[in-house]
Amino acid sequence: MTRKQRRLTLIGFAGAILAIALGLVLYAMNDTIVFFNSPADIQAKNVQPGTRLRLGGLVKEGTVQRGADQQITFEVMDGQASLKVHYKGLLPDLFREGQGVVAEGVLESATMFRADSVLAKHDENYMPREVADTLKKQGHWQGEADAAPKTQ
Amino acid sequence: MLVEAGHFALALALGLSLIQFIVPLWGARANDPVLMSVAPATGLAVFGCIAFAFLALTMAYVTSDFSVLNVVENSHSAKPLIYKISGVWGNHEGSMLLWVLILSLFGSVVALARNTIPLRLQANTLAVQAAITIAFLLFILVASNPFTRIVPAPAEGQDLNPLLQDPGLAIHPPLLYIGYVGFSISFAFACAALIDGRIDAVWARIVRPWTLGAWAFLTLGIAMGSYWAYYELGWGGWWFWDPVENASLMPWLAGTALLHSTVVMEKRDALKVWTILLAILTFSLSLLGTFLVRSGVLTSVHSFAVDPERGTFILAILILFIGGSLALFAWRAPMLKQGGLFAPVSREGALVLNNLFLATACATVFIGTLYPLALEVLTGEKISVGAPFFNFTFLPLIVPLLLLLPFGQTLAWKRGNFLGTAQRLYAVFGIAIVVTLAMFAFEYGGPVAAPLGIGLGVYLVLGAFNEIVTRSWSKGTPLPVAWRKAANLPRSTWGTVLAHAGVGLTVIGIAATAWGVEGLATVKIGSSVKAGDYEARLERVVPRTEANFREDVAIFTILRNGNDLGTLESMKRLYVTRGMPTTEAGIMTVGLGQVYVSLGEVQADGSVGVRLYYKPLVLLIWIGALVMALGGGVSLTDRRLRIGAPARAKTGSAAPVPAE
Repeated sequence: MTRKQRRLTLIGFAGAILAIALGLVLYAMNDTIVFFNSPADIQAKNVQPGTRLRLGGLVKEGTVQRGADQQITFEVMDGQASLKVHYKGLLPDLFREGQGVVAEGVLESATMFRADSVLAKHDENYMPREVADTLKKQGHWQGEADAAPKTQ
Repeated sequence: MLVEAGHFALALALGLSLIQFIVPLWGARANDPVLMSVAPATGLAVFGCIAFAFLALTMAYVTSDFSVLNVVENSHSAKPLIYKISGVWGNHEGSMLLWVLILSLFGSVVALARNTIPLRLQANTLAVQAAITIAFLLFILVASNPFTRIVPAPAEGQDLNPLLQDPGLAIHPPLLYIGYVGFSISFAFACAALIDGRIDAVWARIVRPWTLGAWAFLTLGIAMGSYWAYYELGWGGWWFWDPVENASLMPWLAGTALLHSTVVMEKRDALKVWTILLAILTFSLSLLGTFLVRSGVLTSVHSFAVDPERGTFILAILILFIGGSLALFAWRAPMLKQGGLFAPVSREGALVLNNLFLATACATVFIGTLYPLALEVLTGEKISVGAPFFNFTFLPLIVPLLLLLPFGQTLAWKRGNFLGTAQRLYAVFGIAIVVTLAMFAFEYGGPVAAPLGIGLGVYLVLGAFNEIVTRSWSKGTPLPVAWRKAANLPRSTWGTVLAHAGVGLTVIGIAATAWGVEGLATVKIGSSVKAGDYEARLERVVPRTEANFREDVAIFTILRNGNDLGTLESMKRLYVTRGMPTTEAGIMTVGLGQVYVSLGEVQADGSVGVRLYYKPLVLLIWIGALVMALGGGVSLTDRRLRIGAPARAKTGSAAPVPAE
């Protein structure tokens, strides 16, 4: 093999692998990414049932209901709208009524969301960032006021 | 007093680093050995100062000195001693101090290795190291000072985040940082070579042990982090494709590529420019990892509360070093003498392919990790790129690499023979196929991926050891002779074999997760939850009180097909100071598999939600990583690579070294 042929072989291989990788990435970008929405977003964007998404907001007070075998329903709200969530499993330690939550799953109908995972805060100072941003936008943000030391 | 002294020592270290940066560079330009030898002396002094500062902070933690803000925010007098010490780096300020401590530690080791490294290379390398030290010391002193006092001092601290109160914190960050920061040495050597405009096989031989060491530590750090997340978060998963995990995986992939390209450079004097670029990219990804994790761009357990000033500062450091080194590369790399090209079917050809796959896989992880950030900045749309994306893009790139791995290891240097190589692997192929078929028959109707994955793992392990067999045994060799031959093979060969076998073990562990079973139920005392053949029966719930938390301990009896395997404890804890609840999963190891029990809330009627998992062979995932790191360690003990054994290496290299 001449020098030129060897170089071409190398470039050919590199090009082929990169092309495959690019194809996979582009395909996966269409298929596997999940959008974050608040209940109000879902109404506003008219998200179709069957769409997989991450739903974020606050757990509405008084809506958490526990059924048999760890069947749980609760409502997620963002100040403008709320959406009922079904979940089967263990809730995270910091799941609380009135606190921020992110649920990932499928929108079953305009009024029902089936979650396969539920995330709450990592510690008492932390609210999922997406939720904090949404609440700030809507003027419901109180996190910092609560966290700041009370002056009298 | 000690705290102020520590603060002062940091400032002193900054001053010394400035000298370490300027004087040796100047000396190298002027070819003045006196100026150049300032580098090792200042390198050691900088390490001394930073080590003192670190000790001062540790003392403040150990004695619970609540006049220091950092201690107040992250410690508590009732916390066990081990968490007081590990709490030093369980927060933003302290972790940056640990980072720079390890950076200067590596600098001082380079300084001490003066006999193995030419003075000029050493001076330039230490100067580049000093530049990194300056940036991070400035960051610590200006934007994240751990020594800030608070007046009046509170009587008690706010305790450490309970998720971090775990032996994992004592081990995981230091290992990971040694890995991350270790690549700064390869980076500094690469920049030094670019500054000097000279690079050769000797350079590769000097740099390889550093890369190898950093890689081994990073492997351990990632494995430890993975195991920690597995038992602490209570989700039973060992890898979540979380951006923070990806941040550590990217330098690992790039570092693995670097490790292999350095071998080509050392043996064949080729791939020089690419190796330099990889060294720069690997450390850039380490810096990016630090930035992603510490700047608050990503929210996770790892991002401690941070303010935007710090994010901007770290971003500036990032741009300066990544941009600067790439600019240096663009300017100087064309001046480096190119190495030769080589036959596609050869060991070096296979290593190029390895580099292509690893670099591309690293790029897909990079896109998946940063695309959501970019999209949010550009359009405000929030998306999450999770496991499906990475499984779809990363696996198709890694599986071919793994299939080719035993081939590459068996191919000869310069000109390999494809058929001949395949012939040497016949037995390995055969066994792997038989194992795969046996798995299919055994688990009829089970998941398809599992037997294929197990077969691949077996192929990798046997393929790795095949090298030892073919090099020490042929038909008719008596076993003792073969044994002696195998024992006398170079340590670096054994290192390669172990590292590759470790990959195989991890693959087996990952494949076996497909056979995992889980069950979910609300149980009362005396009733049980089932998963496959396994069953966990709740015996009783007892309250317990420790120094800084209260817990409810649920005691389960684990049964397999009705046979008692013993008891297991799973806890719900409440850390009193922060009022934060945590779940401690109960884990029982059965062979290489584990039974894993995670608790939900205890309900008013005394019943409790329980998730039971059985994970066959799961331990192999981490054992494989340990074996990989062990391979790195064994390879480091190879005489030719040993740091500080220059004289022997010189005489040794006069004798013909067998190709490996």
